[in-house]
Amino acid sequence: MSEIEIGQREIARKAAQKPAALGTDIDLSRYATEAEKHPYVDDPAKLSPEEKKHMLKAGVVLDDLSRRSGTFIQKDQTPVHFSAQQEGVEVMSISEAFKTHEWLPQYWWNAVKVDADKYTAHLELHETDGYFIRALPGVKTALPVQACLYLGHKNLTQRVHNIVIAEEGSELHIITGCTTHPMSAGLHLGVSEFYIKRGAKISFTMIHNWAPEVEVRPRSGAIVEEDGVFLNNYVSMKPVRTMQMYPTVRCVGAGARVRFSSVLVAPPGSYMDIGSRAILDAERSRAEIISRAITTGGTLIARGDIQGNKPEVKGHLECRGLILGETGVIHAIPELVGRVAGIDLSHEAAVGKIAEEEVEYLMARGLARDQATAMIVRGFLKVDIEGLPPELEAEIKRAIAESEKDLF
Amino acid sequence: MLKIENLAVEVGGKEILHDVNLHIGPGETQALFGPNGSGKTTLLMAIMGFPKYRITRGRIIFKGQDITRTPLNERARMGIGMSFQRPPIVRGVRTRDLVVAAAGGRFDDRAIDNMARRLNVMDLMDRDVNLGFSGGEIKRSELMQLLVQGPDLVLLDEPESGVDLVNMALIGQMTNELLQKDLHRTRTRSGLIITHTGHILDYVHAGKGYVMIDGRVISDGESMEILKCIKEKGFEECRTCRR
Repeated sequence: MSEIEIGQREIARKAAQKPAALGTDIDLSRYATEAEKHPYVDDPAKLSPEEKKHMLKAGVVLDDLSRRSGTFIQKDQTPVHFSAQQEGVEVMSISEAFKTHEWLPQYWWNAVKVDADKYTAHLELHETDGYFIRALPGVKTALPVQACLYLGHKNLTQRVHNIVIAEEGSELHIITGCTTHPMSAGLHLGVSEFYIKRGAKISFTMIHNWAPEVEVRPRSGAIVEEDGVFLNNYVSMKPVRTMQMYPTVRCVGAGARVRFSSVLVAPPGSYMDIGSRAILDAERSRAEIISRAITTGGTLIARGDIQGNKPEVKGHLECRGLILGETGVIHAIPELVGRVAGIDLSHEAAVGKIAEEEVEYLMARGLARDQATAMIVRGFLKVDIEGLPPELEAEIKRAIAESEKDLF
Repeated sequence: MLKIENLAVEVGGKEILHDVNLHIGPGETQALFGPNGSGKTTLLMAIMGFPKYRITRGRIIFKGQDITRTPLNERARMGIGMSFQRPPIVRGVRTRDLVVAAAGGRFDDRAIDNMARRLNVMDLMDRDVNLGFSGGEIKRSELMQLLVQGPDLVLLDEPESGVDLVNMALIGQMTNELLQKDLHRTRTRSGLIITHTGHILDYVHAGKGYVMIDGRVISDGESMEILKCIKEKGFEECRTCRR
């Protein structure tokens, strides 16, 4: 173990009891730390049909790997499959990556702080695997790399620590499906660190498909260098007991760009506190945060934060919330911080129910009330997603359509 | 086609229309004149069946059936269609999706595209409904929806407002098509057109016309005669326009 690693462990130890800044506090002792190890499978098509079904719902295709440029699957604490289908793309478990790349420690706890809260500390203090995805300089993936995190063991704290690197001028599209058996209970702790080098681009699409008794605390950070692009798409439409996350992207190179698009639904019994933060630390860097939030009875806190720290940065935040049904709360908290002159930051937020005027307008064309409502809600959930391969765009649309039927 | 008897309509607890009577036969198009705020749009909204426009007295008979209490979308399905003066923006819903829904399977994609080309709305079809549409674009989009809906009774709320001269001819031509003006004895579709300026009547022939002031129909007669009279004497003097 290197000195750096020992140092991090020490810092983590001090933060082991540190509550998170946001979200209900979780008693980690309520959940099991370890689960049985799972065997490695060369062909993920051989996973159980039940597991494959849930993974597919989260956008993970296992029967035809040629539709992806790489695949990673972790069940509970064990990576059970990883493979790359394209030259110049590396997909492996973090434990494998540490053996392969001696330089990896410099990316470890660099975009996310080890002592951010007790959850990050917990990951450092316990043996944690996860995925490592990297595109070599100039390599562009035609098809997305897929990663699946599956929580199967009852009442487990699933630990994941991921590193994603897009080297200079490369382009990487990733779809991550996080899912579980619909009846299971558990806690998912996941750290993801993204490094987008000069002129590189990452699109990261995460589809959450949790269950009513699952708690989720992802901790994500990204560092975007000069002219790099990070597109973060997030879809969560299934029930979850509590979920809190606030992914933070730092633009450190001139002209770096980040865009967050989120589609969030809080069904009854769900408590979701979800934000997106962009820190514009370099000239001409840009951020856009767009979210669509619906409650059908749950509580949804939709946060957004753009910080402009250098001249000529630009940021826009748009949060729209829809309350369907009689109960449910949407709390939109858009924040802008400007620290220098010559910046351009703006936000718009709107929360309400479906406009009766719009429903009646469609009804005047012969649509029944529920048809008109469905059409408006579908329209509401349609966020413009740029820069994705058609396959991924279709995947997002499918994930949204799949969950839409539960809304009415 | 449409018979309105002693109709009174309330909006927000206030009576706007008082004892309105109107009769439109099959194949007939009629015009409704009146100053701003006289209740013309209220009458169209009440015929269409918007719940906010509460009918407190009288009856609406459509194709022989009493529809006074019939819900909005059922009236649409029975064959009443309306073009709105200021329709709402529906974000995220493409105009094409609404057109297809309004067509209800009566036209296939090719027929819809053909119609859209003729109405010059092709570039609106993939945009959100009414979002950022100009006055003229709204009129053409409304007309497009009505054409696929194919209603037997067409209610038009100021189809000419905000439309330039070139597009006026197009809207006139397509409105005639909507109202089957090329057919004569076999024409079944009827229309009721609200107009401020009367420009639409240069293109679309209307028989009878009414003048509405303060929620009452104060006179009726030949549309062009009434229009001439309004232009000469103004609305207030129109009581004398009655023939």
